[in-house]
Amino acid sequence: MAAPTMEKPRTNEGAKVQTVTMAKALNMGLRAAMEADPKVLVLGEDVGKLGGVFRVTDGLQKDFGEQRVLDTPLAESGIIGTAIGLAIRGFRPVCEIQFDGFVFPGFDQIVSQLAKLHFRSQGKVKMPVVVRIPFGGGIGAVEHHSESPESYFAHTAGLKVVACSNPIDAYWMMQQAIASDDPVIFFEPKRRYWEKAQLDPGITPDPLFSSRVLRQGGSATVACYGPSVKTCLDAATAAEEDGIDLEVIDLRTLSPLDLGPVFDSVRRTGRLVLVSEAPSESSVTAEVATRVQQECFYSLEAPVLRVTGFDTPYPPSKLEEDFLPDLDRVLHAVDRSLAY
Amino acid sequence: MIAGLRATTEGGADLVQLLSPEGERVSHPAFDIEVTPEELRGLYRDMVLVRRADREGNALQRQGQLGIWVPLLGQEAAQIGAGRAMRPNDMAFPSYREHGVAWCKGIQPTDILGIFRGTDHGSWDPIATRFHLYTIVIGNQCLNAAGYAMGQRFEGKVGDDDGEATIVFFGDGATSQGDVHEGMVWSAVYDAPLVFYCQNNQWAISEPVERQTRVPLYERARGYGFPGIRVDGNDVLACLAVTRWAMDECRHGNGPVLIEAFTYRMDAHTTSDDPTRYRLSDELEAWKLKDPIERVRVHLVKQQWADQEFFDQVQAEADELAAHLREFCVNMPDPHPERIFSRVYAEESPVVRRERDEFLDYLSGFADAHAGGER
Ligand SMILES: Cc1ncc(C[n+]2csc(CCOP(=O)(O)OP(=O)(O)O)c2C)c(N)n1
Ligand SMILES: [Mg+2]
Repeated sequence: MAAPTMEKPRTNEGAKVQTVTMAKALNMGLRAAMEADPKVLVLGEDVGKLGGVFRVTDGLQKDFGEQRVLDTPLAESGIIGTAIGLAIRGFRPVCEIQFDGFVFPGFDQIVSQLAKLHFRSQGKVKMPVVVRIPFGGGIGAVEHHSESPESYFAHTAGLKVVACSNPIDAYWMMQQAIASDDPVIFFEPKRRYWEKAQLDPGITPDPLFSSRVLRQGGSATVACYGPSVKTCLDAATAAEEDGIDLEVIDLRTLSPLDLGPVFDSVRRTGRLVLVSEAPSESSVTAEVATRVQQECFYSLEAPVLRVTGFDTPYPPSKLEEDFLPDLDRVLHAVDRSLAY
Repeated sequence: MIAGLRATTEGGADLVQLLSPEGERVSHPAFDIEVTPEELRGLYRDMVLVRRADREGNALQRQGQLGIWVPLLGQEAAQIGAGRAMRPNDMAFPSYREHGVAWCKGIQPTDILGIFRGTDHGSWDPIATRFHLYTIVIGNQCLNAAGYAMGQRFEGKVGDDDGEATIVFFGDGATSQGDVHEGMVWSAVYDAPLVFYCQNNQWAISEPVERQTRVPLYERARGYGFPGIRVDGNDVLACLAVTRWAMDECRHGNGPVLIEAFTYRMDAHTTSDDPTRYRLSDELEAWKLKDPIERVRVHLVKQQWADQEFFDQVQAEADELAAHLREFCVNMPDPHPERIFSRVYAEESPVVRRERDEFLDYLSGFADAHAGGER
């Protein structure tokens, strides 16, 4: 299937196109899934009356009732654990974790049960559970509100892990994740919640577990996901002025990885820069780098470089601009790759 | 009318109260204490000062000087009563709202600002002050406190009037977390000298306490095998008396104890929150009549334990504290980028060292290289 670029979404005749934020697009995706299937439930802290601290579930409890949108007691292990039980009973729960740093009380249930039940039961038990996690930094928050824990989940067999980067994907990926019979850890880049795009509900979306070339270019490949996608697209625009033509790939799916488009790209450009807010050691970017050097060894003109958060706890917010990969750091890595 | 969104205002028959909302002294068969005029004036002063600092924190956030502020408004008595019940060797594990307890532990409001301005994750020394860092992940600190209290017992610091005790602070919402439950199990099994101090302010962000429990929270203690007491959290005398008793029980080896301080979150959850979306203002009005400071003021006047000069003087002191807080806040230096890498480990990691060196080298390549800041 041809990959749509963000600038030119495919349009279907008669569909109502509207400008929406990512938070709204996620909300619309949830709503569409709940309308399509009465077994879809939303559970989490403050998701009902308040509509979530980011308002992603705004209005859902009002329209679908307290039995489908549950303001749960304050316990993440409880949220995930009961979602598993509901799934065994045939429901399709969508759990909200309020912030990335609060998923860990639920980590045991995710790793020990959610990830393994299909295998343990040899497919007799399905786990169509979505765990939504607002992730990443850049909003000036206090501790535990800016983390990028995706690698823990990508490292866990039995889980699928995706990250959206824009409102259009957010809308489609949410519905696809809910429709999936496997557990999906769904990362939402919280500092992009308010970014807007034209959403056309009439198009046919790409499959959920696929990466996508967002911008074509021949100088070097930049692969990224979640909040870093915008950073990299901005970097590509800036690089253009210097005659550098970057190819930007949104990985979208972190487990399973869809690296075909990355391999194709690197075989043409010979250079790869990976960008992520997560610490670099034993991470998703480490995995991508390994696979690329295996598959594209003879095409590489420079070592695979990474621009990531540091291998330190997330710093106090006055330091997050230094911690987070920004346009300058991405371009610095591109320069080093080109100069190699 | 929004269905279901109304918190409880009445504490019920078991509520321990020593000072009524009208400022009348009430006696209690188990927990009565004598306070001198000077002590009560001290408690009043504490509450006025921490409230003033709290309001300044809120204002500083509104003016962009802080990223966020977590208000304690309405919980002054619950915090000052508990804080003043502690002895210097007693240890406290706060959540993130305990600016009043911090105050009693000698931690200045200025020391707390960095967390909310984003310059540090807590500037004080938890060992020296016997006040642990704020814990934001709900419930975590209850297990940490249980372990600390077990340590006090293992070291033989429990058993007589010179014994030590620990107190852990958490909210009504937190009572649903496994860590809180496990903390209670551990403390019970190891006879830990730990006071579980739950400030039931009726709300966990947008969720009223009925979302967390069917029984009054203090009754849960029974299931763990230790006493649970519900105290009027807006009555500083009652909070002081009950906490002092509970800490003494613990230091004598009769812990743990659960205290539920029945109070109300008068402000938003944090400055990022908009409570008009989920709760009704009439309940706020009802709780205004139970204000923790006003009842002490009325009592002090009634007893002729304080005159106008005293109240004016406390007010002046509060304004001075607020002015100092503001002055300090706006002049706080940004941390140096090196801080990202500093003290991640006790023994320096080669990974962190390499990343630090590379990053500082990278920064030095900019014309407007980072001007400095606190290393
Ligand atoms: C593990 C975890 N989950 C979620 C949150 C987000 N959160 C912060 S405060 C809060 C409500 C806490 O309510 P309560 O325990 O009653 O304390 P209060 O804030 O009322 O003092 C929530 C859900 C968190 N900090 N930690
Ligand atoms: Mg509360």
